[in-house]
Order: sequence, then structure tokens, then C-alpha cells
Amino acid sequence: MLELSILFPSVLNGLTTGAVYALIALGLTLIYGVLHIINFAHGALLMIALYGVYFLHQSLGLDPYASLPVMVPAMFALGYGLQRFVIGRASHGKDENILLVTLGLAIVMENLALYLWRSDTRTIETAYTFTTVGILGAMISIPKLAAFAGALAVCAVLLLLLAKTDLGRAIRAIAKERHGAKLVGIDVEHVFAMSFGIGLACLGAAACFLLPAYYVNPQVGNGFVLIAFTIVVLGGMGSFAGALAGGFIIGVVESVGGLWLGESLGQIGIFLIFIAVLLFRPQGLFGART
Amino acid sequence: MKDLIALIVFGIVVAALPLFVSSGFVLNIVIMTLYAALLGQAWNILGGFGGQFSFGHAVFFGTGAYAAAVLQVKFGWNAWAALPAAVALGAAVGAFIGALSFRYGLRGSYFALVTLAFAEVFRILSNTFDFTGAGVGLMIPLTESAGNFQFTSRTGFLYVILGFTLAACLVAWWLKHSRYGAWLQAVRDNEESAAALGVNVFRVKLGATMISGALMSAGGVFYVQYFHYIDPHIAYGPGVSIEALLAPIVGGIGTLFGPLLGAAALHLFGELTRSFMGDAPGISLMVYGLLLVLMVTFLPRGIMGLLSGSPPVRKGGSRA
Amino acid sequence: MGKQNSNRREFLKRSAAVAAATATGLAGFPAIVRGQSGPIKIGVLHPVSGALAYSGGLSRLGAQIAIDEINAAGGIKSLGGAKIRTVLGDAQSKPDVGVSEVEKMNAEGVSAIVGAYASAICLATTQAAAKYNIPHVVDVGVADQIVERGLKNVFRFAPGYRTVSQQAMNYLHIMNTLAGKPAKTVMIIHEESLFGTGTANLLSQQLPGMGYQIVDVVKHANPTRDFNNIVLRMKALNPDIVIPANYYNEYALLVRTMKQQNVQPKAIFSVLGGGASSFKFVKEFPDVANGIIDCNHWYNPKDKRALALRRKVEAMKGQFYTYEVFLNYQAVHLLADGIERAKSRDRAAIIEALSNSTWDKHFMPYGPTKFVNGQNQGAQPLMMQVLKGDIKVVLPNTYAQAEPVFPWKA
Repeated sequence: MLELSILFPSVLNGLTTGAVYALIALGLTLIYGVLHIINFAHGALLMIALYGVYFLHQSLGLDPYASLPVMVPAMFALGYGLQRFVIGRASHGKDENILLVTLGLAIVMENLALYLWRSDTRTIETAYTFTTVGILGAMISIPKLAAFAGALAVCAVLLLLLAKTDLGRAIRAIAKERHGAKLVGIDVEHVFAMSFGIGLACLGAAACFLLPAYYVNPQVGNGFVLIAFTIVVLGGMGSFAGALAGGFIIGVVESVGGLWLGESLGQIGIFLIFIAVLLFRPQGLFGART
Repeated sequence: MKDLIALIVFGIVVAALPLFVSSGFVLNIVIMTLYAALLGQAWNILGGFGGQFSFGHAVFFGTGAYAAAVLQVKFGWNAWAALPAAVALGAAVGAFIGALSFRYGLRGSYFALVTLAFAEVFRILSNTFDFTGAGVGLMIPLTESAGNFQFTSRTGFLYVILGFTLAACLVAWWLKHSRYGAWLQAVRDNEESAAALGVNVFRVKLGATMISGALMSAGGVFYVQYFHYIDPHIAYGPGVSIEALLAPIVGGIGTLFGPLLGAAALHLFGELTRSFMGDAPGISLMVYGLLLVLMVTFLPRGIMGLLSGSPPVRKGGSRA
Repeated sequence: MGKQNSNRREFLKRSAAVAAATATGLAGFPAIVRGQSGPIKIGVLHPVSGALAYSGGLSRLGAQIAIDEINAAGGIKSLGGAKIRTVLGDAQSKPDVGVSEVEKMNAEGVSAIVGAYASAICLATTQAAAKYNIPHVVDVGVADQIVERGLKNVFRFAPGYRTVSQQAMNYLHIMNTLAGKPAKTVMIIHEESLFGTGTANLLSQQLPGMGYQIVDVVKHANPTRDFNNIVLRMKALNPDIVIPANYYNEYALLVRTMKQQNVQPKAIFSVLGGGASSFKFVKEFPDVANGIIDCNHWYNPKDKRALALRRKVEAMKGQFYTYEVFLNYQAVHLLADGIERAKSRDRAAIIEALSNSTWDKHFMPYGPTKFVNGQNQGAQPLMMQVLKGDIKVVLPNTYAQAEPVFPWKA
């Protein structure tokens, strides 16, 4: 049968694509886990990060991977500022307000990008764009392999950060018991902003790994928002390992589903899984809390 | 009673508008504002009064729109006859999604996300089957007559959408003043204590979802009749879901007039920014987005919060 | 800066116009405020923000260049050299916003509208314009339903997707026959909305009758984040010809992925899109562009005016000479010719003049215009191939600059 011969390459491709999704979802899940907000601006922020990588490449000739040390802190700073001075202030502690603020921010960023950089789709050409590596007969491109490694590394760093640092302990404390954390003297506002910043730093990394194989335009982020939500839910809101595994699962489901059902209908598998997890295991496949 | 009188006065004023206004430009804005208010009120009934935030109200809108289109195009129904069928189908989809979600106890962002996922599933399905025209979409043949729910003038559409919107507002008014409405708001405020008081939480929430779905699908029918074309992205895409929740949140969530005020404010914003912000692409929407952010920052309880004159929410709330 | 000033002036003008429209409306007067002297207002309506912003922006550019040229050359001569004033509109990639913009343009007293690029938006705007009998020249809008609804105010200069698909199959067949019929199998890859699905349906219905076996029809979403799967299928099915019908981003990803996976069919033959009708693609992806073929809107490559416009556009920073640009450029000129002959800014007179149009001063391969039910009968696409890093018309012979190279060997 036709499908069997390409099943393995398809699964492998799904895993590497899923790694990119996981990178985007890691930031989202941290923000959700700590701040309990659904960040609708996540896609737009990814877009901003992609433009950052693009312009570093165009003006300074910086390789996308070499942009990591610039993009990660830059996005962190942006995130810290956004949460501290915009989202936190506007939210007044109400879910609907946070929704509106992040939505408003997304509209602002998308159209600011349209105004500043026009709607042109931009791509970069690197020496390794078309280079592939054969893995048991499957051809995997270098940018996808890099993204795979990147997702594992970012996830490991995040887990270490959470487990071993004071900030990590504060974040965990706030995620579990907000008022208690406040009582023991944790600066909640600061930790919120740090979490948001770290969440966006993940996006900065994601952008560096994504651009060599993809493109950027003002709408590019929209294509990743839903999939990132799905992964966050699947993995359990707030769980890094869950987001990583969720990314891989969704990548493979999308890939194999597309193979059997056609690329358009194949997307349905993702959302059916999403619904099933929400209904039957809302804490996610890997979430601990109920 | 005062709010009911205000609602009636509002209805009379809008109904009298065509006597004084002939500009299609103005009438179209009024129609689109009422339409946004209808979608907003539909969302508000579930989200505002019931406390169940939905990110996927397009699932009901699209179902209404497609029901109207399919019944006309594929089965030769008259559009007026298709309307009740579409509304019933919207309620049925509401019952299905509500029953599933509430049976499994989904709340808060979990419920929001499940509605979003359902909208996507419906979008993909409508994009796949020839029954709904698949990716090509469905076009209603252009046969302008009142008997076809296709009016030659804007006035006809104005009366229809006014009727729909007033109906939605009456439902909201009834929720404010009825026992069922009190149950619904009790469930919103605290499900456990509502249940302890003997409220059947599941049925109350399910009812609100069905009403909300029915009203939303009436909006979908109106869209199809007004624009004559529907495709999966318009019907089930995130655009409509966002439009539905914007008006009540901006206007004042869980209030009778919030969706109306919010829709009016948003349309005014939209028209003004489009008219006056210059022609550089993106600028007008950017200002629109900025206004949203500023509004939340300074009017945390929506326009109704400003009007009711109560003190602003204390800073440093639990989540600020 | 001058730009700032003109923005402010525009702002004041618009405030006045909208206020006037509202006021006259409120006072119960019919909204006929268009004067009988002064500039002729033309609505230029495109989706310049939102998902279609790229194409919308280029469309607007083409229309503006044409209007500037007409004004610089002395305006509409039969109206004493009256200048054209552009009333810009942004449909924000949504049909309902498109309708609002038509209403506003009507209130501002436009004599005609050019736009609105996307089929779904055109369906809504043509009908809204019909309510006020505003002539609406459709620039692209490939859905044939746009001109099949009996709206008297609608004119489409360019071909719809049925004509383009039909011609694409003819060209494909000619090319294949000339080469001794090396191609027998076809794989179609199309985007999921109206234009891609409609085109794919036509192709998959008719190609088997012409002796081609359709091995697969793959529909993909916009955006599709990854094409490896589709290319893996392609690799397994090994079709002779791959026919994409999709937008630029997805096309570029698809072709790049094919290169990565080392898949080389005898031809990549795109319908209504693709890289062989995009100087941007050829410039940005020179290694993958060579040999690709498109059947798309294109200008007569032997016409000096087309090349002059190309030079003009390419002199602008970051702009490319795309079909959006020249189709809108031509749509405005078609309209200006109509106004010239109507000798009037009256909408009905312009509609009358357009429906009798026999305009031939364009650089498209259409011959003199002849509208039947609003569709220009001579409109047709051309077939282009990227050869040695440049786009060359290869079919039909009347316009060809080179012979098609088929089958393509990398």
C-alpha cells in the first residue's frame, strides 16, 4: 500500500513539525499556568519575533540561530514590559478584560507591522535551507532537525529554571496559591511580569528556529495560535513536559491525519483530540493537578 | 420596568429612523450595528448572564447561516421558511455542545476553548462536504423581494434586524426579571451554592446555551440574506466569535444594554478610524486596537459601568 | 512634510464629506451631493489590511498609478480636462466592511468603483453598488458568479476561473502534444477556498477526458504550515505533472519543500497563481524557480506600454510588477475610457458607455473589449515559464517569447 511506504517519513516529519509547535506552546503554557490568562496576542508576538530574526538577518547578516542570544532577551524584555505596564494595569483582575487587552494588543501589533513593513511575505535564504539529512530513508531538512533539538533544549532549560532557581520556586508558588504567595512576601506583580517575559523569550527562540524553513508577514502568527492552544490543553495547562509531548503528538496527528484524510480534512483530528481531552481529561494528558 | 420602557423607546426611535434618514450609508451603519448587537446579546446571554465564556460562538452563527443557505440553494425553500429551521438548528447545536461540555463539568477557559474547537471542527466539515458547497461556499441567488427575505431597500433589512435584536434584548430583559434568569445568574456567581439551593445547574446552563445558539444562528441567517454569500471561513472562522464577544465586553458584560452600547461604540470606532485615520493600510485598525486597550484600562466595567456611575473597580484585584 | 499635509487635508475633506452625507441623509434629502463640475470621484476599493493585505496593497498601487497618469495627461478631455479624484477604501478582507465602504463611497458621490480583488468581497460590493447604480469594474474577482447575476453595473475586464482553467488545460495539452505526450499523470494541489477549489474541480472533471490520469487531488488550508506530507505523497505517486492552485505563501512553501525532498516532476504547472507569474518569486527563489510554468493573468510581453509600467513599478522600492498591479491599472484605464466616451460623470451614462466598450488601447492579450453580461469576452490568460531566471510567455504562439521547455530536466 502506498501509505505504508511513506508512513515512517510522515511520522518523522510530524515529530519535527511538532517540535516547532511545542516551542510556541511552551511560552503559552507558562503564561497560562502562572497568570491564568489566555494570551490572544501570542500569535502576534510570534510575528514580531519573526520580524526581529528577519531584520537581524537582513541588516546585520546574522544567521537565524546566531540571533538566539539577541532575540531571547529582547522578547523577554518586551514581555516583562507588556505585562507590567499594559496587561497587568488594564486587566483589573477580570478575565474578560485580559481577553480584550490581549486581543487589542494583537490587533495593534498586526496592523503596526502592516503599516511599518507592509504585507509582503518575507523569507530568508540560508546555506542550509535546502539541505536534508537522510534518516532511515526519510529526508529531514536541517532547519527542522535544529528546531527539534531547540525544543528539547528550551524545555530542559525551563524545567531547570522552575526547579532550581528562586524565581522558579516563586513562580511555582504563585501558580499554586496566589494569595498565599503574596502573604509570604513574594512580589506577585514582578513574578507575573517575569513569567510573561519568559513566555515570550520562548517565542523569541521559536522564531529563530522557525524562520529558516518558513516565512514572515503580518498575519503569520494567526496560523499558530489555535494549534498552540490545542497543545497547551493536550499537555495540561502549565506543564512544560506536557507541551513538549503535546507538540509532538499534534505534529504526528496532523501529519498522519493529513496523509489519510487529506491535508484539509486531516486538521480535524487535531480538534477532535482537543475536544476529547477537554471533556475526558481536562487536566491534560500529563497534567498533575485536577 | 424602567429598562423595558427604555427598550421600547429605543425600538420606536430606530423604527422611525427611515422616516428621517434616507442615506444608505447611515442606514447600513445602523443595520450593521444592530447586527453586531444581536450577536453580542446572544453571546451575553450565555457569557454575561450565565458566566460561560465562549470563544467559538461562530459555531452557532455558521450553523444558522449554512442552514438558511443550504435549505434555499439545495432544497428550494423560501428564506422565511428557512429562518425558523435555522434557528432551531442553532438551538440544537447549542444543546449538543452544552450537554457535552456541562455533562463533563467544563468551566471557565476550558469551556471557552471547547467552543473554539467545535467551531473549528464545523469549519473543517463545512469546508469538506459538497453539501455545504465545500470550499467554494454557497451563494444565494439574487431575487430581491420582501417575500424572499431580500429587500430592495435598506429599510426592510433594518426592520428585520431590529426585530431580531429587540427579541434578543427581550430575552435578556426576561433573564433579568424571571426566576430562570435568577437561577442562571446564581449559577454564574457560584455554581456550588446554586446547586445547594436546589437549582438544576446542568439544565439552567443548557437552556442558556440553547437560547444563545438560537439567537446567534438568527444572526447567521441575517448575514446570508444581507450579503448573499457564505463560506467556511466567514461562517465558522474566529472573526465572528470575536465580534460576538467584543460588543458585550466593551459595553458592559451581563447587562441588558451593554451589547447595544458596545456594538454602537465599536461601529462608531470602526467607521471613524476607517474614515479619518488616513489611507495608509493598517493605521485605522491599529488605532481601533489601541482604543480597545485604553478602554479596558480606563473603563474596566464597560460603558455601562461608566453610565451607572458606581466607583471603579479597586486596583490590584486578585489578578491584576 | 508634504505627505503629512496631504493627509491632514484628506482628513478634513473626509470629515466634511461624511458629515455632509450624514447631514443630508438626516435632513431627508436624497444623498445626491455629487456636483456637475470639479473632479470626478472614483472609488478604489481593496482589502489593504487583513489576510489579503498583500494583494490588496498591490491592487491599490496599480489603480493609483493609472489615475496619476490620467490626471498628468490632462484628465478626462471630454469633460473639459476634469481630473479624477481617488476615494480610497479598505475592505479589511471582509465582505461586510466592503459593503460599508461602498456605502461611504456612494455618500461621497463617486461616479464609479474599481475593486475589490477577492471574489467573496466582489460578490458583496458589486451588489451594494448596484443599489445605487454605481458602475463597478471588477479588477480580479475570478468567481464567475460575480458576472452571472444579471447586475447591469458590473464589468470584469479579466477572465474568470472557468476561462482560465479551460485555457490552462488547452495549453497543457498543446505543450504535452508538442513534446510527444510524455505526461500521462497529474496531481492537483489546491487551496481550500473558492478559487482553488473551483479551479481544481474543473480540472479534475475535464482532464481525464483529455487523456490524463488524475492520481491525486489534495486540498490544503490557508495557511498550511508544512508541506512535507503532500510532497511525500507526491514522491510516492510520482506524477508527471503537478498542478498547484494556491496563494503565494503556500506555493512558495510547496515548491521549496519539493526541492528539499528532491521531487522533480516533468512540470510544475500552476493555475491562477504560482511563481512563473511572480517576479518576486523568481527574484527570491532563483534556484527553485527555473522551469516552473504558470497559466495566469499576464500582459502582452511585446507591448511597450506594459514594459514601461513594469519599469515604473520596479523603480519603486520593494514593489513588484504583479497581476494585481497591471489588472487594476488596466481596469482604471478601461473606466476612464468609458467616462471619456460617456462625456458625463453620471453613473448611468458611464454604465451605458462601458457596456458598449470596444476599448483596445490596453496591453493585455484580450483584443478590443466586448462585454456580454459584464464579462469581457476576449479576456484570456497566458502561459509563462521561468527560463534562465526570467519569466517568458511560452503559449499561445501569438504572444510567445520562447518555446516551452518540457519535460523539464533539472
